Amino acid sequence: MIEAAIYKKIKTYRGTIPLVIEAQFPAQSVTRIYGPSGSGKTTFLKILAGLITPEKGVITVNDRCWLDTVRKINLSPQERKVGFVFQDYALFPNMTVEGHLRYATQDMALIDRLLLIGKMESFRKQKPAHLSGGQQQRLAILRALAQKPGLLVLDEAFSALDDELREELITELKIILKEFKTTTIIVSHHLQETAGFADRALKIEQGI
Amino acid sequence: MEWMPIWLSLKLAAYTTVILLMIGVPLAYWLSRRGSLGKVVIEALLTMPLVLPPSVLGFYLLLTFSPHSILGSLLLKYFNLSLVFSFEGLVVASVIYSLPFMVSPVKSALAHLPASLAQASYTMGKSRLETFYRVLLPNIKASLWTATVLTFAHTLGEFGVVLMIGGKLEGVTRVASIAIYDAVDNNQYHEANQYAMVLFAITFVIVILVFIFNRNSVRGPLE
Repeated sequence: MIEAAIYKKIKTYRGTIPLVIEAQFPAQSVTRIYGPSGSGKTTFLKILAGLITPEKGVITVNDRCWLDTVRKINLSPQERKVGFVFQDYALFPNMTVEGHLRYATQDMALIDRLLLIGKMESFRKQKPAHLSGGQQQRLAILRALAQKPGLLVLDEAFSALDDELREELITELKIILKEFKTTTIIVSHHLQETAGFADRALKIEQGI
Repeated sequence: MEWMPIWLSLKLAAYTTVILLMIGVPLAYWLSRRGSLGKVVIEALLTMPLVLPPSVLGFYLLLTFSPHSILGSLLLKYFNLSLVFSFEGLVVASVIYSLPFMVSPVKSALAHLPASLAQASYTMGKSRLETFYRVLLPNIKASLWTATVLTFAHTLGEFGVVLMIGGKLEGVTRVASIAIYDAVDNNQYHEANQYAMVLFAITFVIVILVFIFNRNSVRGPLE
């Protein structure tokens, strides 16, 4: 179970607005987060990962405290090791597909398996610049999975995949996430995009 | 023409470049991260050698390093080191003089990398240092190379600062640019021309190398 209660002022084109979120995520659930653009969905994911620190907040993950602004506890992103799929993929231009996964894990068997799941076996030695948008997005997902994260957050991670490919990937993801006992949060604008993947939904609105 | 001044120039440029790679790159990283007003002031100070007349810089360095100054007398007393009219002094002065040529391009390249690159690495449990060496630096290779070459070439062409702080001691501080000035001063245009040709050739080859190395990058090598 992941519990988060956070308060963070975020700057938008309409001025500074408060982002207030209180939410629970049952262990191994997959939650879809949606809401209008600029409402703070990405910010929330970054707060979970420790990349942004909110003004006030508490985050506990499986009874372990990650953040408590009152008790001054704030685990670093390195300690939290959240699997993070960035909206811009954040792939490393200097590394090959296999290099990305090796950067995350030493487990070669896992790397082979992930490449198979993402249908990326034949692109092992390619760098991101030579991959299509969909391939880049899959690589970003595989890289986030390679460290067997307890919490996986995906920011619009299926947007560049066609329906068929996405559905196949979702089937594989479901299996591997269950095996890793991973709790998943995915930001997505389209309900249909996460069909068969997300079992819960959370709406983020401005200034709740 | 003697080869000593050319050799001294190349040696000075090489020492300066290596030292600046060691201190300039971490400094650029530090500056590339958002910071306080204090950081802006420090960055402005570090950029001063770019806009100051070299003679002004040389003059203040001469005062700072002179054996009558506090720093100069301490260096002499504890390290038996004099930074005026010595090769060591030239190296220190060149490091200060060429600092912006190393720091600026590297800092700007680091600042232009998407923040998510480093963030992705952090969420994978990698430390700042490991992220810097394995993710950030390899992705600014072109700028790093440009900065290195510019620093080398800029030091090679140094004149005002060297003259102020090093004078023209044969085999110690009389670098090529000063040998040219000397030759012209003594009406030896032929000799001046030889030094000048060698400097021109070396610098041209260096610049060509930068363009070849960076020919695949989208941005021009001097941007």
